[in-house]
Amino acid sequence: MGTTQHHERDLLRLATAGSVDDGKSTLIGRLLYDTKSVLADQLAAVERASVARGGAVVDLALLTDGLRAEREQGITIDVAYRYFSTATRAFVLADTPGHVQYTRNMVTGASTAELAIVLVDARKGVLEQTRRHAAIAALLRVPHIVLAVNKMDLVGFDEATFRAIAADFARYAADLGVRDVQAIPLSALEGDNVVDASTRTPWYAGPTLLEHLEEVPVDRDPTTEAFRFPVQVVIRPRTAEHPDYRGYAGRVASGVVRVGDEVVVLPAGGRTRVVGIDTADGELTQAFAPQSVTLRLEDDLDVSRGDVLAPAGAPTVTGADLVGTVCWLSERAPAPGARVLVRIGTRTVRGLVRSVGSRLDIDNLTIDEGATTLALNEIGTVHVRLAEPVVLDAYAEHRRTGVFLLVDQADGSTLAAGMVGPSVLVAASDDPERCRTR
Amino acid sequence: MTTETTVTDARAATAPRRLTQLETLEAEAIHIFREVAGEFERPVVLFSGGKDSVVMLHLARKAFWPAPVPFTLLHVDTGHNFPEVIDYRDAVVAEHRLRLVVASVQDAIDAGAVRERPDGSRNALQTVPLLDAITTHRFDAVFGGGRRDEEKARAKERVFSLRDELGQWDPRRQRPELWDLYNGRHSPGEHVRVFPLSNWTELDVWRYIEREGIDLPTIYYAHERHVFLRDGMWLAPGDWGGPRGTETVERRTVRYRTVGDMSCTGAVESRALTVDDVIVEVAASRLTERGATRADDRASEAAMEDRKREGYF
Repeated sequence: MGTTQHHERDLLRLATAGSVDDGKSTLIGRLLYDTKSVLADQLAAVERASVARGGAVVDLALLTDGLRAEREQGITIDVAYRYFSTATRAFVLADTPGHVQYTRNMVTGASTAELAIVLVDARKGVLEQTRRHAAIAALLRVPHIVLAVNKMDLVGFDEATFRAIAADFARYAADLGVRDVQAIPLSALEGDNVVDASTRTPWYAGPTLLEHLEEVPVDRDPTTEAFRFPVQVVIRPRTAEHPDYRGYAGRVASGVVRVGDEVVVLPAGGRTRVVGIDTADGELTQAFAPQSVTLRLEDDLDVSRGDVLAPAGAPTVTGADLVGTVCWLSERAPAPGARVLVRIGTRTVRGLVRSVGSRLDIDNLTIDEGATTLALNEIGTVHVRLAEPVVLDAYAEHRRTGVFLLVDQADGSTLAAGMVGPSVLVAASDDPERCRTR
Repeated sequence: MTTETTVTDARAATAPRRLTQLETLEAEAIHIFREVAGEFERPVVLFSGGKDSVVMLHLARKAFWPAPVPFTLLHVDTGHNFPEVIDYRDAVVAEHRLRLVVASVQDAIDAGAVRERPDGSRNALQTVPLLDAITTHRFDAVFGGGRRDEEKARAKERVFSLRDELGQWDPRRQRPELWDLYNGRHSPGEHVRVFPLSNWTELDVWRYIEREGIDLPTIYYAHERHVFLRDGMWLAPGDWGGPRGTETVERRTVRYRTVGDMSCTGAVESRALTVDDVIVEVAASRLTERGATRADDRASEAAMEDRKREGYF
């Protein structure tokens, strides 16, 4: 087999969400095993460990539970990343635990995912847990969701059962504003429709799970997105070969930039023009997300780490009043008056928590407007006054730049993960006001 | 520099498109290097001359081009290194005019800071000189070539991984890591381990080596050398404990999949002379690189996790 074809593979990041006993570990185990991503020594180690625990069958969950405490307790504590690939695509799978602290871990996994697999047990259908997982995927604006209706073997591969669950979920997902849902009937344990098409679901004409993962179109057209370039480092070699070189290194967060484009340096607002796009492999005429490049600018403006380059003339919002939806990640609850650090793009500024505005009840998806604080794993809105203005891209339109962290000033721990905007979640509530604002 | 003729990249003429997997991984790693350069005072790159650290250095050079790499290199010298790898290390350091700090396991043994193990392996002994060097030089960010596909404890590792004053990793107290907003805040005495190759697999590393035409130490390609068989692994003979009993030294055509301490790094039988040959071999292998070549990872189910908790990279 030629190796060059692999250079044309692209990369899909996905997250799995599942609750207790829905077969998530088995599904991941099967995906890894059937794509030959589990090697003989790993399998032998799992077999040894299964026997040592007195297990009668090989426990594929041991493939994924990597920590001593996880294996001892038989639970998954933390997000782990798995890698598998096929001839056309490579996959980074964020394996997020469903047991405890589900919100934090699922938010972590979903933050970089382009696709989320939500597992349900065919015998049980859509549960509260399923709704939660879908809501978090919607909150994070994961573009594609797979509803994996698992354990079809236990319902006799009954078409009506599958259709009912798929329809139930589709209604709910539509309420959440999820654009793409693919429902797949499968049995992770027996391998039906995971990698190979099942003969036991003749009524199902859709793709197997792996086929869908390989084919789901994740191309975004960067030309339709607004250009954003958070500056990471100023490159000034001051060497004999490059005595006067001054370039701004960063990664194109969204959109496209071309040599000759007029850009604005935010938040200060100075205008200039891109005169060169450099990489170690040569100059480019254009760069697009998510390329890492170095830009040269026409004018000697004051540009440094933390600044954002954006198209001149196009609308941008800067300000010092940050209102965002956060997932609270710390045991220390947010309190009005608390001083925090706000990390947004490549900029870190001091901030003062003004208020907690509302809290999303993840169980029944209602919003408590009277909330004044947030506990670990809770989702709500906060208002933070910043010491200086920053670029405030709404997460609803800017999935790469409309995000921030709240960081504890004293010990540096991450307090919250946030998305810019008052409420990016279109809750599945029957509040007509909320539905209209979508 | 005003005309199109200076534009060397043919891809630039086409419309924006989706990056390939290797381009995505490269862009992500470069982003991580630049974040560290922007956020830390005294970063260092762990450099063993092994393929992962060689790829790391290559990416670091790309990240800051045309400026030199703004990081020091640190090699933890076990005293049982492959001579070819040390030669390679020194050549790279000279070629790119880098600054190299060597932390020596032998020195630590001589000073009584660590004790030689009965099995002769010095892999686990690297932790003490590593942490001493971090303290002595006050390094606040330490780049490692660790990949999450290597080992299941590593699958849980963050890209930015905070270590306490004793260099310890506490998997239960890791910071959540969201989007590409890496939190490198740390207190004095603490440091952050940074893994820019987190999302790469062994095969990705090899394909990137092929794509970029990166030179590696010769031991990565098939060559004849003296080895003896133990536990299904071909080990290099030496004072550290082999051959013993019925083990006999043979001359075999082998190559190495990982570079580490000679006492515990096994060779695999191979005819692969080129990068292409290696890629074909790795793609077909039914053994992970650590399973095939690292004696000390077989010690227990949690060997890697336990070493990492103590400060191992």
